[in-house]
Amino acid sequence: MSPIRYSIRASDTDMSDNIISEESAESVDYSHQPSVWSRLMRNPSVIIGGLLIALIVSLVPAAPFLTPLDPTDISPRNRNKVPGFETIHKDDQGNRYTQVAHMGTDKLGRDVFARVIYGARVSLMVGLLVAVIAVSIGLFIGLIAGYFRLVDAVVMRVMDGLMAIPAILLAIALVSLSGATLFTVIMAIVIPEIPRVVRLVRSIVLAIREEPYVEAAISVGTPTPKILYRHVLPNTIAPLIVQGTFICGSAILLEAILSFLGVGVPPEIPTWGNIMAQGRDLFQIYPHSIFYPGIFLTLTVLAINMLGDGLRDAIDPRMSKEI
Amino acid sequence: MPLDQHNVLSVKNLTIDLPRNADRKHAVRDVSFDVAPGEVVCLVGESGSGKSVIAFSVMGLLAKALNVSAGSIELEGEHLVDVTEDRLRELRCTRMGMIFQEPMTALNPVMRCGDQIDEVLQEHTKLSSDQRRQKVLDMIEQVHLPDPQRMYSSYPHQLSGGQRQRIMIAMALILEPVLLIADEPTTALDVTTQAQILHLIRELQSEKQTGVLFITHDFGVVAELGDRVAVLKQGELVEFGTTRQVLSAPQHPYTQMLISSVPRHEPPDRKPLAHDAPVVLRTEKLKKQYFSFSLGKRRNVVDAAVDISVEIRKGETLGVVGESGSGKSTVARCITWLIESTDGKIYLSGDNIAQLNSKELRKLRRKVQIIFQDPYRSLNPRRTVGQSIIEGPMNYGESKADAIQHARELMELVQLNPDGLDRYPHQFSGGQRQRVCIARALAMRPELLVADEAVSALDVSVQAQVLTLLEEIRDRMQLAMLFITHDLRVAAQVCDTVAVMSKGRVVEYGSAKEMFQNPQHEYTKALFEAAPGRDFVFGGNPNSM
Amino acid sequence: MWPYLLKRILATIPVVLVVMVIVFLMLRLTPGDPAANIAGDAATSEDIAELRVKLGLEEPLPVQFAIYAKNLLKGDFGESFYYKRPVMSMVADGIEPTLSLALFTIVIACLIAVPLGTLAAFKQGSWVDRLIMAFSVIGFSVPVFVIGYVLIYFLAVKLEWFPVQGYQRIGDGVAGWAYRLILPATALSVIFIALIARMTRTSVLEVLNEDYIRTARAKGLPQSKVLLKHALRNAAVPIVTVIGIAIAILISGVVVTESVFVIPGLGLLTLDAIQGRDYPTVQALILLFSLVYIIVNLLIDVAYTLLDPRIRY
Repeated sequence: MSPIRYSIRASDTDMSDNIISEESAESVDYSHQPSVWSRLMRNPSVIIGGLLIALIVSLVPAAPFLTPLDPTDISPRNRNKVPGFETIHKDDQGNRYTQVAHMGTDKLGRDVFARVIYGARVSLMVGLLVAVIAVSIGLFIGLIAGYFRLVDAVVMRVMDGLMAIPAILLAIALVSLSGATLFTVIMAIVIPEIPRVVRLVRSIVLAIREEPYVEAAISVGTPTPKILYRHVLPNTIAPLIVQGTFICGSAILLEAILSFLGVGVPPEIPTWGNIMAQGRDLFQIYPHSIFYPGIFLTLTVLAINMLGDGLRDAIDPRMSKEI
Repeated sequence: MPLDQHNVLSVKNLTIDLPRNADRKHAVRDVSFDVAPGEVVCLVGESGSGKSVIAFSVMGLLAKALNVSAGSIELEGEHLVDVTEDRLRELRCTRMGMIFQEPMTALNPVMRCGDQIDEVLQEHTKLSSDQRRQKVLDMIEQVHLPDPQRMYSSYPHQLSGGQRQRIMIAMALILEPVLLIADEPTTALDVTTQAQILHLIRELQSEKQTGVLFITHDFGVVAELGDRVAVLKQGELVEFGTTRQVLSAPQHPYTQMLISSVPRHEPPDRKPLAHDAPVVLRTEKLKKQYFSFSLGKRRNVVDAAVDISVEIRKGETLGVVGESGSGKSTVARCITWLIESTDGKIYLSGDNIAQLNSKELRKLRRKVQIIFQDPYRSLNPRRTVGQSIIEGPMNYGESKADAIQHARELMELVQLNPDGLDRYPHQFSGGQRQRVCIARALAMRPELLVADEAVSALDVSVQAQVLTLLEEIRDRMQLAMLFITHDLRVAAQVCDTVAVMSKGRVVEYGSAKEMFQNPQHEYTKALFEAAPGRDFVFGGNPNSM
Repeated sequence: MWPYLLKRILATIPVVLVVMVIVFLMLRLTPGDPAANIAGDAATSEDIAELRVKLGLEEPLPVQFAIYAKNLLKGDFGESFYYKRPVMSMVADGIEPTLSLALFTIVIACLIAVPLGTLAAFKQGSWVDRLIMAFSVIGFSVPVFVIGYVLIYFLAVKLEWFPVQGYQRIGDGVAGWAYRLILPATALSVIFIALIARMTRTSVLEVLNEDYIRTARAKGLPQSKVLLKHALRNAAVPIVTVIGIAIAILISGVVVTESVFVIPGLGLLTLDAIQGRDYPTVQALILLFSLVYIIVNLLIDVAYTLLDPRIRY
């Protein structure tokens, strides 16, 4: 499959090659594969993705230094300005100052640059929270479902049902029914993600519980909770980190879509989706309100997906089928 | 034998490099041998010896990471190392055919068997489709498959392992190549099937005077089939000669060691058990059934094991021998309570453990411990060997310090360095891991040790060492041992009594010595008959193991 | 074959039930009084009480569900609050544009993605492979509405090659229908090309490592035949599976694309219904979309039996 395989086994043809005449050496280090960390550091997707993410994350603390403007300030005189236009503002003392609108302004006169920079905060927070919550809940349900037959039958039917409902529609309906707040948006994105985590965890549990070392643990009398914690749980971590990364990316995307469609985070909160929603009416004349946040959104999701890809390849090349 | 000066295959000073990060530089180094028409040359060696790499290099099917760096391969005088891919393709199946180890996966699952053979003819001949079909059907008949028409239109999954291997042979030999390369073609098969396939290969190659390069790890197979044999050790050829010569009077110390490790077919003399040795395990009409519910309420019942009544006394080894699907592992798993038995009784030192609740079971569980087949999967790769060994005792309230002290003693008992407790399983070889598994089982201070094909995945020299270790431990600790194996020779070496299983039932049960000398049941007889190299007198010193 | 089919169909029943329950509960279990939610801010308490009765909210939950399920079985998906007409009749109007867009997209995606993925697998590690995989990551990351607006801005607004937005019914001319679908379908297909190409590459790579591929090469078959006759056919099952999973993403994508390109399909209908708090319509549409997903995946399972003889009937 990938060159990494060859370093584990000398060749695909002579199975279990590579083993020096068995007992001749007292103990030989058979781990010729480089460590996960060094593989990560040699993976271009991980490096590019990681650097890009670091750059975008740095926008969170850096936002106030990059622009003096408040992203929510409405100013009728500055409406619909093209990028590069000098807009006039008042500071706290009432003194006038001008500021170049690098990305223009929207139809309410808010500075798009300021909104895009501050929008990173919401997007990243949504991505991170959704990933953490969805993975935690999914891990818990998946472990239980994978290990207890009776629960499994019921839980998996519910998961199948949840999977069948298109994520966007489920999220839209949940948000519009329970009111559009940041919290409901996050929960509405979490819920459709859970079945995917559950399925992944469950498949790992089902595979691991057949491993002879788990049977060995059973026969030396290890109680089930300990088996789950000691022998099963560690095997789920690497895949879940990868899956969590992808969930983070798709959550940011979904939040943007919800806001773009007008059923997401309240419109005054600057998010990339909201900025684009604001720009829809006058798009043909002032495309900047859509393009600039679009670029940031795309780059962020791209960076996260590249990181996820790289992590997956570095941790286990065979995983690509499951996620 | 090699009277003809035109060899079918001649390999000279062949060296094949491994990728840079592998554990040694060469997969194969400076290997020379030849195959004459009508001759079977066996390439024999343990895992990692490079025997399959040689086979693939002849076919031009080496993995991309490997390449021939020196030497030559000639097929009927034609150099193959630097020949174009197109030419190689022309030669495959027309001049040289190949069959593989895993008949289960070597055929395309979504294509009919006949079409897969037909593809060879389509590619290499200009026959009409009717002619091709007739030729394929003839070939299917030649490999003694019943009902050729039906075989032609069957998918691989509808055939048994032996039948698939016959299809593979038909495919490889349909164009009557001068060379057949067989890469462990019977390793994945049961012993009776293996005997039939070996017989078939012998029959077809002597009929057509095909040269055969036969890769195997099994000296029994070599004895059965080989005219000449080449012994490989870590990519180097250590001995090459006629089968009789090499097997009965090996020259190289490595060959001597290998051959002396091959378990004999007759049980050695054992000192009889003390008459008052207490019974540790007794099963009474033990039964395991699997139910499958399909539509409607009709359920299919599969009898995995029926009416198993055996007993093992202290210090005794009972061997359960059978082919795959005979139910021998089911018995082991019922007794160790990894699966629940359907019916019958399991007495462990007098207590019936067959129908216990989990709490009562927990108390008795430590008395029965099991060692599994695959040493690579039976230790958790993320936990140190020490953690794995002390897990059990600590479950039963032993203090960590005591458990570790005990583990150190056990490491010495299984002849490993006690300092290895802090290492991870990947730092040990397969044989060493199996020793660790033995230590883990012993840490529970069991009364009954179940070895489920515990030496089957090991190379023959390691196998011999682990078998010796198991015997020593059994004697020293006066354990009762249940030894599950498919390998009659292994059973002969370690078992006091043997139960032969077939289709879920014990067909013959008695002392190993008597059974091997005078098997009663038809199935036992057939099984013994099929064991390869049974009548061959191996050289080396049998006492050295 | 038939018992297998029957079994498979029976197995979807619990899933459909679960979807029904979720959709049913969604309206009832969300915080706050659904009637108040539906009635909006301007409603009086009498309005809300009246609505509660009308919605059947005064009944116990199981009874409500029974009524709901009974109506569904009769094919009655409820009546729109806003338009005061049966939801099914509105759905009927929206099916053509949505189906056109979805099919157009899937066809474009498969035609491009499967060859790309196979090529990438075959040239594994080469620059062709890297390029295709790089495209795949990017394609998976660009939101469909961003692609949509980029296409509109450059190809429709600037170059004026295509109409900016809108849809033409197939009955009014196939050429115009297809012409107007090109931009939306292209925008929507990007993510599928990325997804399917990647899956194709993975499964072909996996198959190329199988023993029977080695057998095929040992027979002396040329690479092209090994690839097309042996590899692709065996890789088909996972590829078809991912197309099935992609249906869920497709439905989500359709909603967004219809909104961007103003195509009067079911997606736009759903959004309008949500904005108009027309809950019976929303409920019916979500249920409908989910049924589509379930049915498509059922059909795909049936397709497996044709692709892989090992699957037992």
